Amino acid sequence: MGKIDDATIENVSILAKLFLTEEEKEKAREEMQKMLDYVETLMELDTDGVNPETHIFGSENVFREDEVTNTDQREAMLSNAPKQKEGQYQVPKTIG
Amino acid sequence: MEIEKMTALELSKAIRERKISSCEAVKSVFSQIDKWEDKTQSYLDIYRKEALKEAEQTDKEIAEGIFRSPLAGVPVAVKDNICINGKRTTCASKILENFVPAYDAEVISRLRAAGMVMIGKTNMDEFAMGSTTETSAYQTTRNPWNTACVPGGSSGGSCAAVAAGEAFLALGSDTGGSIRQPSAFCGVTGIKPTYGTVSRYGLIAYASSLDQIGPVGKNTADCAALLEILAGKDQKDSTSIKRGDLDFSSALTGEVKGMKIGVPEEFLAEGITEEVKASFLEALKAYETMGASVEFFSLKTVKYMIPAYYIIACAEASSNLERFDGVKYGFRASDYEGLHDMYKRTRSLGFGEEVKRRIMLGSFVLSSGYYDAYYLKALRTKALIQREFTAAFQKYDVILAPAAPYTAPRIGESLKDPLTMYLGDIYTVAVNLCGLPGISLPCGRDREGLPIGMQIIGGLLQEKKLLCAASAYEAYRGRFETAAERGMA
Repeated sequence: MGKIDDATIENVSILAKLFLTEEEKEKAREEMQKMLDYVETLMELDTDGVNPETHIFGSENVFREDEVTNTDQREAMLSNAPKQKEGQYQVPKTIG
Repeated sequence: MEIEKMTALELSKAIRERKISSCEAVKSVFSQIDKWEDKTQSYLDIYRKEALKEAEQTDKEIAEGIFRSPLAGVPVAVKDNICINGKRTTCASKILENFVPAYDAEVISRLRAAGMVMIGKTNMDEFAMGSTTETSAYQTTRNPWNTACVPGGSSGGSCAAVAAGEAFLALGSDTGGSIRQPSAFCGVTGIKPTYGTVSRYGLIAYASSLDQIGPVGKNTADCAALLEILAGKDQKDSTSIKRGDLDFSSALTGEVKGMKIGVPEEFLAEGITEEVKASFLEALKAYETMGASVEFFSLKTVKYMIPAYYIIACAEASSNLERFDGVKYGFRASDYEGLHDMYKRTRSLGFGEEVKRRIMLGSFVLSSGYYDAYYLKALRTKALIQREFTAAFQKYDVILAPAAPYTAPRIGESLKDPLTMYLGDIYTVAVNLCGLPGISLPCGRDREGLPIGMQIIGGLLQEKKLLCAASAYEAYRGRFETAAERGMA
């Protein structure tokens, strides 16, 4: 399983939001194939009936009152933005 | 005794007794930096003015009899994936070249409350992805024992700084061995605490279920003292845990008589160099001499650890690093057509090769059609690895393992073949997958003089057992000089 073809790399670059040149695509295809061939060894392990574990100590909802505790840091936050306008993040036009 | 040769606790004692001022300690660190930094390239930013100011403040308090903590006045370095209010925090990535956080990470608040003095930000692999610190977008940190070699990674800057006497203590982060492996390569000591022991608030995430911040220092006692300052439940990190046994320094008894030590035999089977193996076996003998029992046992999931780790870590990374898109912070590409093209070009120019490689692998294993086969399979494998460790800790107090299969490689060797580099993490990744605590400390040097490290792994929340075992070995081994003390840098 897990044959990496051009269509897979195309799909992955969309999901990963990465622009790849033809050369980079070819390299990515080779490297990902190599990595998948390597992790293929997992498939020989019998995991039937084993729950996929995510948390070490289990997870419980943590409830608290929804109170504002921080101060207004709008300026400090915005000062990190590559582009800002009228107190907001500026992005390229999204609707025609 | 010269200041730079002191441990952090020796220094803090002298500061408390007003034999040395915190300002003098900071100046001593700066003179070490002036001496070695050109060679080691450990730091990305150095806070010369602010550090002295903070030290003056601490000195003033001490003159008034206020001791904020057992490490008050001690200079400490911070890995560059930990946010400091008003200080550039880059994760050694171009995409965050101008990022200045508007808040302190929880661990930084704790350092401040403890009266410790921040010296600067240390270099690392980009977003902590790498085992050599060579994937940094800014500079190549060099191993102070031999500047032709890497310091290890990803906390390579922190470990090199301590080894070169450019810091008494440092903060690192460990997702798959990123504190323990560079500690081994640089001949220093580093702890990866039980998951949840230290708050991750303000640590820029790589793989959230595996990341932990931990201390790097010249010996176990220094690391235990710093861990006491860092540890504790934090409301801002819901995975942080409340524990009542944070008096880690009390465990440094050096008494291992009757302690049961397990060693996974698969760890010594292949891939390990003869010198590292010999040095590790010597350490096992030392424990037997001290009255501990050492038993080899079989850990059958060893060959599945690295595959499971890389699938899980990359999956989480691909999700965590989605936020870097050129909108809210950092770098934005200058040429693009429309929003989506802006995202793509920003990320392609802003991320380095290794980061892109891991984001792509992570995106793939989470994608429709492959999620069950890879991501869920890795999580099931992780459950089996956890079961094996749980069973092992019913028999043994601690597990001993090498920290890395070899000593520090030459600069430029490792990145040629990423998969081979990943395989070098064989002894460290399972600790993160299982949330366990681990410590790496020096146990010898190879023919070229490069340090060899060993690792002590404890069960969940069993930091005290591994600290006890580490302190016993240190007493047996004697003081392990830093690279700066040996004058080898």
